Amino acid sequence: MANRITIEVTRYDPAQDEKPRFDSFEVPLRKEWVVLDALNYIKDHLDGSLTFRWSCRMGVCGSCGMTVNGVPKLTCATFLSDYAPGPVRVEPMKNFPVLKDLVVDTSDFLVKLEKSKPWIIRKVEKPLDEEYFQTPEQLEAYKQYSMCINCMLCYAACPVYGLDPLFIGPAAIALAQRYNMDSRDEGASERMDILSQHDGIWGCTFVGECTQVCPKHVDPAGAIQQYKLTATMEWVKALVLPRGSE
Amino acid sequence: MINPTEYLPKSYHPRVSTYWWLTRWVYLKFILREASSVFVAWTVILTLLQIRALAAGPARYAEFQDWLRSPLLLVLNAVSLFFVVFHAVTWFNLAPKAMVVRVGGRRLPNLAISAPNFAAWAVLSAAIAWILMRG
Repeated sequence: MANRITIEVTRYDPAQDEKPRFDSFEVPLRKEWVVLDALNYIKDHLDGSLTFRWSCRMGVCGSCGMTVNGVPKLTCATFLSDYAPGPVRVEPMKNFPVLKDLVVDTSDFLVKLEKSKPWIIRKVEKPLDEEYFQTPEQLEAYKQYSMCINCMLCYAACPVYGLDPLFIGPAAIALAQRYNMDSRDEGASERMDILSQHDGIWGCTFVGECTQVCPKHVDPAGAIQQYKLTATMEWVKALVLPRGSE
Repeated sequence: MINPTEYLPKSYHPRVSTYWWLTRWVYLKFILREASSVFVAWTVILTLLQIRALAAGPARYAEFQDWLRSPLLLVLNAVSLFFVVFHAVTWFNLAPKAMVVRVGGRRLPNLAISAPNFAAWAVLSAAIAWILMRG
């Protein structure tokens, strides 16, 4: 294995640049290094002005999502040696405005996440000294969706979101489904207004890449298709049953 | 509503290229899957035309069969067959995503959902082939 590898990194300084460009750096190629290690090496030894987000370094915080050789990846979980002999191209996550170098503006996702009401909604809260019991089967029903770390790689992979920024997007729908499937929750009908609109689940054309790039195996594409089925059943029920019946 | 980016410095908004679907094989496969519906529609139209020719008598049907033997139709139908098979295979492979079946509290594996679809497809195709070939 060669002991060095070339990294091409997107550079964009909003104060000076009209559009992004690439800078090349040569970094040591070590077996145990991930792409994030290479970026930190550049920042520490070659160019301190390189700007990128990271925090936990162990695939939990969801901060270090970037585009590595065209594919959305958590850079802390992407080994450099898999790209040898290089070069490796590191770009900001696609489908988001770029603020500086590899840092993107995620405000749009945060607004949509809140809209999908990802919290437990109760019509009547139990008194504080009473518990909400849940069986292992009831936990299993939503556990997969609760693994989402809001890394937004699914938004970067979704061409629908890229072409139609109004689309509520994979993670927000998967997280809504996480609470819809929770036996303690009673907010499914509130979420349906947001999810079953045109820019909700029906915007999805089932490319399926959100599921492929998800580092936590949440399967947002599955969540969306399952919700399409639920929404259709609700629509049929509303059509067939008399108004007001539940 | 408060604009969350109001106080941020300017940012670069990349435009999605018209040719985004050529940038990755997975995207191209998706577009081919979507485009396959055109060939599925053509196969339906062809079947309807065939039934109409059949109902119009043996002379009309022979004429229809001659038309089917023209090079243009042979190429078109060969391409259609490829896309109809591609459509069916990708469709059955996607079925487990939309259907969650739980048995004894555990979710059935993907193969348990897609395999019966493929099996039903094979059995129906074999039955139709048997009906057509036997005479």
